[in-house]
Amino acid sequence: MLQRLSTFLYQRPRLVLALLLGPPMLYMVVVYLGSLFILLINSFYYLEEFTGLIVREFTLRTYAQIFEPANRDIFVRTAGMAAAVTVADALIAFPLGYYIAKFASPRLKTWLIIAVTLPLWSSYLVRVYAWKLILAQEGILSWFINLLHLDGALNWLLSLPGIGGSSLALSPIGMFIVFVYIWLPYMIIPIQTALERVPASLLEASSDLGARPFQTFRTVILPLAFPGVVAGSIFTFSLTLGDFIVPLSLGNSKFFIGQAVYSYQGTAGNIPLAAAMTMGPVVIMIIYLLIARKLGAFDAL
Amino acid sequence: MPSNVSYGQKASWGLTLAAWGGLLFLHVPILIIFLYTLTPDETTYTFPLPGITFKWFGVALQRADLWRALTLSLQVAAVATIVALVLGTLAAAAVYRSQFFGREAVSFLLVLPIALPGIVTGIALRTTIGSLEIPFSYWTIVVGHATFCVVVVYNNVLARFRRMQGSQIEASMDLGANSFQTFRYVIFPNIATALLAGGMLAFALSFDEVIVTTFTAGQQTTLPIWIFSQLTRPRDRPVTNVVAMFVMLITFLPIFFAQKITAQSADTEGGSK
Amino acid sequence: MTSQTQPAIRFENVSKYFGNVRAVEQANLEIRDGEFFSLLGPSGSGKTTCLRMIAGFETPSSGHIYLYGQDVSNLPPYERDVNTVFQDYALFPHMSVGDNIAYGLMVKGVPKPERIKRVDEMLELVQLAGYADRKPSQLSGGQRQRVALARALINHPKVLLLDEPLGALDLKLRQQMQVELKAIQKRVGITFIFVTHDQEEALTMSDRIAVFNEGKIVQVGTPAEIYEHPATAFVAGFVGTSNLVDGEIAKRITGRETRFSIRPEKIHMGPADTKIEADSYSADGVVRDVVYLGLYTRYLVELSGGGDLVVVEQNLKTTSMDVLKVKGQPVRLHWKKEHIREVGGS
Repeated sequence: MLQRLSTFLYQRPRLVLALLLGPPMLYMVVVYLGSLFILLINSFYYLEEFTGLIVREFTLRTYAQIFEPANRDIFVRTAGMAAAVTVADALIAFPLGYYIAKFASPRLKTWLIIAVTLPLWSSYLVRVYAWKLILAQEGILSWFINLLHLDGALNWLLSLPGIGGSSLALSPIGMFIVFVYIWLPYMIIPIQTALERVPASLLEASSDLGARPFQTFRTVILPLAFPGVVAGSIFTFSLTLGDFIVPLSLGNSKFFIGQAVYSYQGTAGNIPLAAAMTMGPVVIMIIYLLIARKLGAFDAL
Repeated sequence: MPSNVSYGQKASWGLTLAAWGGLLFLHVPILIIFLYTLTPDETTYTFPLPGITFKWFGVALQRADLWRALTLSLQVAAVATIVALVLGTLAAAAVYRSQFFGREAVSFLLVLPIALPGIVTGIALRTTIGSLEIPFSYWTIVVGHATFCVVVVYNNVLARFRRMQGSQIEASMDLGANSFQTFRYVIFPNIATALLAGGMLAFALSFDEVIVTTFTAGQQTTLPIWIFSQLTRPRDRPVTNVVAMFVMLITFLPIFFAQKITAQSADTEGGSK
Repeated sequence: MTSQTQPAIRFENVSKYFGNVRAVEQANLEIRDGEFFSLLGPSGSGKTTCLRMIAGFETPSSGHIYLYGQDVSNLPPYERDVNTVFQDYALFPHMSVGDNIAYGLMVKGVPKPERIKRVDEMLELVQLAGYADRKPSQLSGGQRQRVALARALINHPKVLLLDEPLGALDLKLRQQMQVELKAIQKRVGITFIFVTHDQEEALTMSDRIAVFNEGKIVQVGTPAEIYEHPATAFVAGFVGTSNLVDGEIAKRITGRETRFSIRPEKIHMGPADTKIEADSYSADGVVRDVVYLGLYTRYLVELSGGGDLVVVEQNLKTTSMDVLKVKGQPVRLHWKKEHIREVGGS
């Protein structure tokens, strides 16, 4: 019986392909793409302010709202944060990725990779929460800063317009630190993977040809690691762009995209505006992905 | 493993320092939560701790709302993992065994839910649930989680398929095994650990997911949603510390083992070549 | 062939296309019962595709394949009495050597005691007695090769297919395995079909050979036939080394412009005033290059009217000192007329 079914299927490879591919594609297309499509449609509706009802007819007026100064500021603020976080992560991740790829002994390396991968998969929320404790006014960081008598410097930093705030726990500086912390593993791993592929012989060749270590680093290692950095930046940038947990937990009244979307769809009930604002990150990420592909970052993913 | 052999140079102290500094930055904050589970202070995060107490573990155990949230989270993660295992394996098998038009598109579609910010998936599902007037339920959460868990299984299983040595599937059929026997005796043993690793990662991913869940849960509370509510409006600080530590540990274990499995299978393959 | 025996394998106008790429075109072939038959050709010539069609991993785009008279063209691999030894052995890494060999019996539902008995017989046959509990990863390349052979033979297939099974072994081991394979084939009496790109291997082991080029079977014959009477210039060049002579030079030697081939070892090299018999052709030239190879020496002779010929002579009495002195000397080459082969196109 099974034998005959097996033979029946063996002689029809296309049917087998359809049977294998059918369920997952049906799920992803209906549930996921379907939802994205409904989201897109909703972004062309608008909310009648007076009645508070959603008017289901095609209009671009919701998109026009995005370009109002308040919303435009949100985009600029979020993209700026995403860019700053990406740069900081690249700077912190590079030495670690380089060390793991080229200097750690095989045994140590296994452990380091686990140590870096664990926070990538786990407990995003808990890791944000940890910083709530650390950054609290009465918390460990303030205690440490006081210990070093740096409280004057901290107060000066917090008084800066734009990035300052009433305390570390309620300021863009605090958010920046947390974002950098949360997305760091997403940067380390692609950099490590990219450097892993640099054959030792290439480095030997470079030093053989008389390059000093720094020259080797600048002319051989950095260019080869660059696709890894770009691949990592896809994550750090995209994740910062869409996050609303960190701004809600540590931010002040100045909104970020995720936060705005969250509150528009929630308390304000303005689904069309929330949908239109979500298209922002989508478009930014698509452009980003296209550039990244040009730069060869996909090979490093 | 030629690329692992460093080129006879030791890392400079600057690099070593920067590397270990980065590693500490990555892990010390978590330990601070563990420390705070012992604080007797209910209203602030004062440091140094004003004392040491173990009572919050007991208090947390008594909280019915926490138990409900934990049960819901475990159920959602279990079902989302099963859905992901089935769909991810099917997709991986299809992509591995045949060349077909749009193969790249399949990978792309599966990766999309984790490549795009979580909020996109969340708001899209929320809008759909609203537009179609589907009531929020346990299943709305599961459906949302499965979208981004599938790719984890898919990637693990596909990678394993591609590392499968030689023409084992052909050899099995050649020796008289039909497709089903070949799956049972050859394919399944080859991908079993990849399924285990992918399944555990999917479970961990689902268990502490909050962004998509916020949009698909309605009034239901999963454990991460409970923590999130404490983040914005802290009411039970000491209990939250205990819950955070618990979530940390419960996701830590499957991920740790998934990593070990993946590393091991890569090792044994390297050794037998 | 006696009319009683069906051919083990018969190809009837078999073609195979992968998309627009032609892998095999209009192949017709008969492989006899009990033969050691080789499919020989460069990579991409279609020999492996033919083997895979016999095994059932590919189905012909057109034409039919018969196994002892039964049309198997569209049967899946597990419904054909044919087994394969793979180039990469394809042993199951998660099973012991014994379980690997017993696999075919297991899926057919043969009871365990019988399986164990037959596995032991097979291990005996391939000289690996006592290895049943090892894992494939604990074996050397040559041992894996034997396990793959035992695993395929345990089913008593009507035909055994071998896809470049010796390719991964070093030279010594390969020569040893060649002898052993041949001995095993004699013992079990099964038709062996052997794919190789190594012409020497094909010549040593085979009863008959089919030479493939660009998806076509260009010649089928015994090793001696193929070597002595190459059907085309391709065969002459691919099987052994051969001098190809055509155009003006051919006309000067034979009186006709027809292209012919002559094996280097058939050419005799003598002093410039050597007398030529009526049954021989000759050509004059100067030795341009001498390569001393121990067993024999290879000379490159530039003919006085243009073109050159490779000549090989066994070092029966000469030493390296003697042969190197010949360089630059004028010589006369001569060979029996019967040793040239007029060959067609490419």
